[in-house]
Amino acid sequence: MRIALENIHKAFGPVRANDGISLTLEPGGIHGLLGENGAGKTTLMKILSGYQAKDAGEIRVDGHPVNFASPAEAIAAGIGMLHQDPLDFPPITALENFLLGFDNRLIPKRREARQQLLSLAQRFDFPLDPEAPVERMTVGERQQLEILRLLALGAEVLILDEPTTGISAPQKVQLFATLRRLAKAEGKSIVFVSHKLEEVEALCDEVTVLRLGQVTGHEKMPVPLETLVRLMFGQSLALPDKTAVPLGETLLAARGLTIPGYRLTVTGGDLEVRAGEVIGFAGMEGSGQSLYLRALAGLLRPKTGSIRLAGEELVNRSYREFMARGISLLPADRLAEGLVRGLSLAEHFPLRRSTPFFIDWEANAAYTREQIAFFNIKGTPETPVEALSGGNQQRLLLALQPPDLRVLILEHPTRGLDMESTRWVWEQLLKRRNSGAAILFTSADLDEILTYSDRVVVFFNGEMLPPLPTPEVTVESLGYLVGGKRPTPSEAHET
Amino acid sequence: MDPFIISTLASIVANAAPIIYASIGETLTEKAGVINLSLDGTILLTAMASFAVAYNTGSVLLGFLCAALIGALIAGIVALASIELEQEQVAVGFVLTLLAADLSSFLGNPYVNLAGPYLQQQPFPLLNRLPIVGDIFFNHNLAIYGSFAVILAAWWWMAKTQPGLRMRGVGERPESAFARGVNVFGVRYAYTLLGGALVGIGGATYSLVVKLGWSHNHTTGNGWIALAIVIFGGWDPWKVAGGAYLFGALRALGSALQRNPAFVNVPTQIFATAPFALMILFLALTSSGLTDRFLELFSPGTQRRLERLIRGRGPAALGKPFQRD
Amino acid sequence: MKPERKFWQSALFWNVAPILAALLFTTLLMLAVGAPPLRAFVEILQGAFESPQKWADVAMAWTPLALIGAGMSLTFAAGLWNIGAEGQMILGAICATWVARNVTLPQPVLLGLIVLAGLAGGALWGLLTGSLKVYARVHEIFAGLGLNFIATALIIWLIFNPWKPERGATMSGTVPFPEAAWVPRLGNTRLAPLSVVLALIAVLAAYFLLKGTRFGLELRAMGKNLRAAFLQGIPTQRHTLVAFAICGALAGLAGALQATAVYHRLIPRISGGLGYTGMLVVILANYRPELIPAVAIFFAAIGVGSPRLELNLQLDASLGGVIEGTVVLFVLLGAGLRKRLGGARPPSTSEGS
Repeated sequence: MRIALENIHKAFGPVRANDGISLTLEPGGIHGLLGENGAGKTTLMKILSGYQAKDAGEIRVDGHPVNFASPAEAIAAGIGMLHQDPLDFPPITALENFLLGFDNRLIPKRREARQQLLSLAQRFDFPLDPEAPVERMTVGERQQLEILRLLALGAEVLILDEPTTGISAPQKVQLFATLRRLAKAEGKSIVFVSHKLEEVEALCDEVTVLRLGQVTGHEKMPVPLETLVRLMFGQSLALPDKTAVPLGETLLAARGLTIPGYRLTVTGGDLEVRAGEVIGFAGMEGSGQSLYLRALAGLLRPKTGSIRLAGEELVNRSYREFMARGISLLPADRLAEGLVRGLSLAEHFPLRRSTPFFIDWEANAAYTREQIAFFNIKGTPETPVEALSGGNQQRLLLALQPPDLRVLILEHPTRGLDMESTRWVWEQLLKRRNSGAAILFTSADLDEILTYSDRVVVFFNGEMLPPLPTPEVTVESLGYLVGGKRPTPSEAHET
Repeated sequence: MDPFIISTLASIVANAAPIIYASIGETLTEKAGVINLSLDGTILLTAMASFAVAYNTGSVLLGFLCAALIGALIAGIVALASIELEQEQVAVGFVLTLLAADLSSFLGNPYVNLAGPYLQQQPFPLLNRLPIVGDIFFNHNLAIYGSFAVILAAWWWMAKTQPGLRMRGVGERPESAFARGVNVFGVRYAYTLLGGALVGIGGATYSLVVKLGWSHNHTTGNGWIALAIVIFGGWDPWKVAGGAYLFGALRALGSALQRNPAFVNVPTQIFATAPFALMILFLALTSSGLTDRFLELFSPGTQRRLERLIRGRGPAALGKPFQRD
Repeated sequence: MKPERKFWQSALFWNVAPILAALLFTTLLMLAVGAPPLRAFVEILQGAFESPQKWADVAMAWTPLALIGAGMSLTFAAGLWNIGAEGQMILGAICATWVARNVTLPQPVLLGLIVLAGLAGGALWGLLTGSLKVYARVHEIFAGLGLNFIATALIIWLIFNPWKPERGATMSGTVPFPEAAWVPRLGNTRLAPLSVVLALIAVLAAYFLLKGTRFGLELRAMGKNLRAAFLQGIPTQRHTLVAFAICGALAGLAGALQATAVYHRLIPRISGGLGYTGMLVVILANYRPELIPAVAIFFAAIGVGSPRLELNLQLDASLGGVIEGTVVLFVLLGAGLRKRLGGARPPSTSEGS
């Protein structure tokens, strides 16, 4: 199946996500779609797979123009997409997820479907329990289920959007093997959407690079990494300076924490965080690191254990008492948990500062303008926060943090942000670190964890491994630890 | 078994039928993701309308049909406002419940305290000869038997069929349902209208079966109780039905106790409000921290099963509008 | 965007059209049952405005609606549905009745105590709803309804037992209060200026609280995103309780004034559905305190004028409620339609581009 995208345009308000993109996908083979966050890759693929409508342009399948009104039409034509957060139904079982939208009779043939699912799973060596509710599966397993479902529906073209985020190294190895097999042995076309150069380099036969909504280049692999870097960013990267900083005394000490969660109970080892330290928390989604960090922020109450901040026992106090003592959490979901949709930028500041009972709106507006300038936020005091881009929302969240924080906890601080915003965020975080705060963060990007952390803490299945000094860890070995395995020397070099 | 107990149980079964229709209907609506808060007003209006239609035409069947139509219409307004106009479901439902109640008083004025047609008793062949069970369940009329069928049908539809599976998907995560080719808005309309029609049938069951005729505020708050029962039953048809029967039993118990000489000094109002207050208390208890601690005594697997039994989780996308972009 | 807006996009059109549509609907309804629409509307207006005494009645009907509306603008800002206002009114009336019957003090002091009693009774009942929500996670709609039932049972029991008149208990309620407990009226009219003034103060206070204070901003944040509000450090549980307490207090005051300024005794239907009507007032006012006084006049007028429908036209007074409900419904639908037709976002139906 040969797919041609011609001059695709898609804008969201003033933002031109796809600005005249033309692209051809030849049958068979693995085609990489590379670009940093915000380049327009996901939008383009959502248009191709029928999830979103384009503003202008044409899509041709084998020369015939097509117009998909929904993903169901696209899959009927053989084009299926695996979204970054797989579009499944959490409380429903794997088998029913597989069945939904599949079979359009009144009463499904459950037994046959079960057989089909299990035999497909076996073919690709995916361990699947048809009766398990999807919400208890890891992201990697949910991806596997979704891939099987798309294949069962007859997908000839399989689009995967950032599939390696949040899965373990063994799962990644298996995924790549699966993709290679689908492309070579079964003649499917694979589109691998990613912002990770090394993975694209390792997996793809050819690469199209996007930047700011436009195609900057198309290369047949292999090609030097520098070429791809230049096409992706237009310039060479300069990471913020992470000079070593002498660590202060112990700020935060956590011992013996057990935190009950919906799916598992987290048992934490002991952790001592010193002033000026940056600690990265790695683990697949649902392994417990979020629960642990939220307990450290005072949002979750541990069943046992102690949390001491500068010697003071905090463990059974309220969230507000944690905040009052200088521990702050920036949640991953900026609009759902971090900012109040519907309120303007200016209206957020009185919530965090110590404001008198009667608000002086004039003074607040002036202060907001100062902060906008200082933090370089693209917006006005009256802009409602949901109109801000992800990067600007993160800037606002950082601007709202009090200046004298002792411990700053961040969930996925640069998720979905483009390179420039990512650099800016880390600049700010390192500045705080330099003035004595401790930074604790989770990320699905193992590179990010190793670049900025002094120590790495790995979570697997609710258990916290003892912290590792960063020099002792590589990306490969981290990928294995996250999956619960200790890598053998040969495995560590396989990806 | 004591014939008095049997006849009491039979009357509980009969009196619960309107609430069964209403709460099962609302269960379907909410499982698809829509909250229809207009239940109380709808039941009033449909009770009045079905009686009026039956009185004027002599046909009980027409009364039921009319009630189903009106119920669907009112629910349709909630669906329209929520889906097309993106207004808050709770606000629109609340206004409708007051409006429908006032409409029932206004339009029903001429029919107050009139004697009209009612649904005849029709013993269920064969099954009514079963000992005990036969007398309790199968010596009623079509509407009551219908209430049994509705529970079974709702369960079967949601658990065993593809359309039911799609409906559950829409209520849990509409984006994923959309990605599977499900017409999310169509599904939501369909089940809201269906649920509304069932509520209407519940209203008709009041004025034509359970509490004959019409008077102002004829069905006193039963719509709100149906809403509570949906939550109480964890959006599961069997448990919802159980809640409805439990509520009916509490009410019957209340009337029985009222006649008992030991309770003659207790004011009548307590008996009237007790069942409602008890249901709220139960809801409060099961969602509270005490129950959390109780559940912690068990292993995680048992905990999960118990939690689903006692609490039940609402559809994740309940009350939230679906936006495609 | 078009540079100039057509008439059907203007604010005027969208504010007036739903009201006209509602009137049209109710007219058709009345024609359908053989009632004379024009005469009905005239009867209502006359019933509300034909004499100064009637204006006084409208003002007294306006008072509880404004009080409840003011309180509800706070709870709505926080995203809470205080359906329990009926029960809160009843409790306020009950507490005020107790003071009126049992306390003998000079009138100014007595009235002050009555006001406090009303506020306290309502606040207590509101706090019950709030506590059920905060500590037991019961949705405030059910908690409020349940407490309404209980309050109704309580007042009926009180009127028919400990507080029953010597001649025997009836639905006319208790014996009239001692005159010292009557809120003073203006001359021969039924207007009690103190009530109106208190209501105006409440509305102003609600307005400034929401717009100009940190508490108001925090409530608004809670209403828009409870989770984020909590994470930003807002004491959401405490604010929920306070919001219910304040709203309950104002509803309780409304009940107390009904008992001591309007009826001069406690009657079973002291709340008279005003708790629910109050919600309609706030919804129609688009949850903005500054619009509540005007909107409340509309409802008060209909409330005072509707009983004449029964007297003169043999139409049930609930026609007034029908008119009110229809207006609110059409305004809600109209607001949604306006957003849909004029908004920047394309309509989000599943079909099509």
